[in-house]
Amino acid sequence: MRWVALKTLRAVLTMWLVVTFVFFVLRLSGDPTYILLPDDIDEATRDFYRRLWGLDQPIFVQYWNYLGALLQGDFGISFRNNQDALQLVWERVPKTALLMGASLVVSLLIGLPLGILAALYRDTWIDRLTMSISVFGFSLPNFFLGILLILIFSLNLRVLPSSGSDTWAHLIMPTLALGTYYAAQFARYTRSSMIDVLSKPYMRTARSKGAGRLRRVNLHALPNAAIPVVTILGFRIGDMLGGAVVIETVFAWPGIGRLLTGAVAARDLAVVQCIMILLALTMVLANMITDLVYGWLDPRVRVGGKAGAR
Amino acid sequence: MSETTIPSRTTRLAWVKEMPLSVKLAAGFMAMMLFVMVFARVIQPYAFDYINLMSRMTPPLPLPGSSWAHPAGTDTLGRDLFSRLLVGAQTSMLLALLGTCLGAVLGIALGFLAAHKGRLWDEVIMGLVDFQAAMPWFIVALAVLAFLGNSMVIFIAIMALYGWETYARITRGLVISAREQGYALAVRGLGARPRWIYLRHILPNIAGPLLVQLTVNFPATILFETSLSFLGLGIRPPMTSLGQMLGEGRDYLINAWWLAVVPGLTIFFITLSMSILGDWLRARLDPSLEE
Repeated sequence: MRWVALKTLRAVLTMWLVVTFVFFVLRLSGDPTYILLPDDIDEATRDFYRRLWGLDQPIFVQYWNYLGALLQGDFGISFRNNQDALQLVWERVPKTALLMGASLVVSLLIGLPLGILAALYRDTWIDRLTMSISVFGFSLPNFFLGILLILIFSLNLRVLPSSGSDTWAHLIMPTLALGTYYAAQFARYTRSSMIDVLSKPYMRTARSKGAGRLRRVNLHALPNAAIPVVTILGFRIGDMLGGAVVIETVFAWPGIGRLLTGAVAARDLAVVQCIMILLALTMVLANMITDLVYGWLDPRVRVGGKAGAR
Repeated sequence: MSETTIPSRTTRLAWVKEMPLSVKLAAGFMAMMLFVMVFARVIQPYAFDYINLMSRMTPPLPLPGSSWAHPAGTDTLGRDLFSRLLVGAQTSMLLALLGTCLGAVLGIALGFLAAHKGRLWDEVIMGLVDFQAAMPWFIVALAVLAFLGNSMVIFIAIMALYGWETYARITRGLVISAREQGYALAVRGLGARPRWIYLRHILPNIAGPLLVQLTVNFPATILFETSLSFLGLGIRPPMTSLGQMLGEGRDYLINAWWLAVVPGLTIFFITLSMSILGDWLRARLDPSLEE
């Protein structure tokens, strides 16, 4: 219980640091009115907007007000179209969640079997082939893969749409472009984890009890090998969010990433802050859940304090 | 490792011969990229930003309509793609190298500090590590570059901060366990100062895993830079990088696919070579870390 409380405290502290960072760093550029309003505006109007956005107060008062507002779920108003920033972001969540979820499922469906296969046939040509494919897979930049896919399937073969999100066909290429890297990573982690598990004494016990190969792999090896793979999955959410931003731009997929690149280009402060805080929150929660699941699956972690120095 | 003999020059050469072909190719390619990184401006056949509207969008060599004057073709403004590729690769390599090394130095120093000072320092540094790990850094970079302007200093600082936390974690863990090993205790018993023990005795002993981490971090940093430049932040015209070229070429996929594919392939070969080298190093230096 104490362990869970400590983890929670750490997560809250991390979030506070994130919010502080987001608030101050994006303000370092100076008076937001100069960023957001046209250059040729007169001082009176500028003052009006300063008062409207609370920018006439000392920065620490603004920071305090910002923290208070955040705790009530108020992320401010989009400067671009005067909508509630949180609502604006929230509308885009399902699309990004769909893209990331699909990529995760596809990468697990490809990565896990490949990794298991490589481990079972360790040091044979099967192992070497799958690991070579895996190295290629995670060296290929996702945006380049996206462009190659567009070139081949949209421009040459004309079988898949290159942008938008109207039909299921639209989901195929972005999912592949984002998922390939993770499929390759999962294949590697699964392989090493399986190799580790296969050499454990309980595998020999299972064999001596007369358990068949399939039974040994499915019932004895897989559950144990899954633990480190689950951990990796949790810690990779952040990378994947970054990847999603790029892929959404390549395929004009209307998710959070597109919203972010648009908001960044228009310097829509509230929306950018909102996205960054929500993504950090997602990552902190994912990490915390991973830690907790890991600690629950593997009680040794709880004693050691920090979960794994990986 | 039970090897006790000091490798002589001949055994060292044998070790190069034992390299698999893929590792040799990867090493060769990286050596070439390092050469380009240093001498790009010397060997470029044209100035990379020389505009010649008379020869726009000529395709690269084996294709019909190509010429030896522009072996990799030209872009929409008639700029020589081969020269741009050299300079773009130079920028990307320099930035990635600088970012990786700065990040490594910062992370390793903080890792040592956390392990050495313990208690409060340890807590604060590990808290920072958690914070860094919780930040979607790519997105932070996007926002910071957009709001604070696109200065080179800020860009390099952001790249240096990308990934330092992994070095800090690894170093802290390794130092804590190395400190209690025989050799460190012996040197301490002889009265050596902590800094001497850390730099002269512990650092060389933990260098293997750190080097492996470096080879993991380098391709990631290349991808970080190219992704940002691809989105139009990071490196912007008139400067160029591989990502910036790819981002520019993306708009001409229908008429001139090579504008995107050539720089894209170059990025791919760099990350692929580094991954292959990294795997090989890992297997040589640190069998226990095999993943």
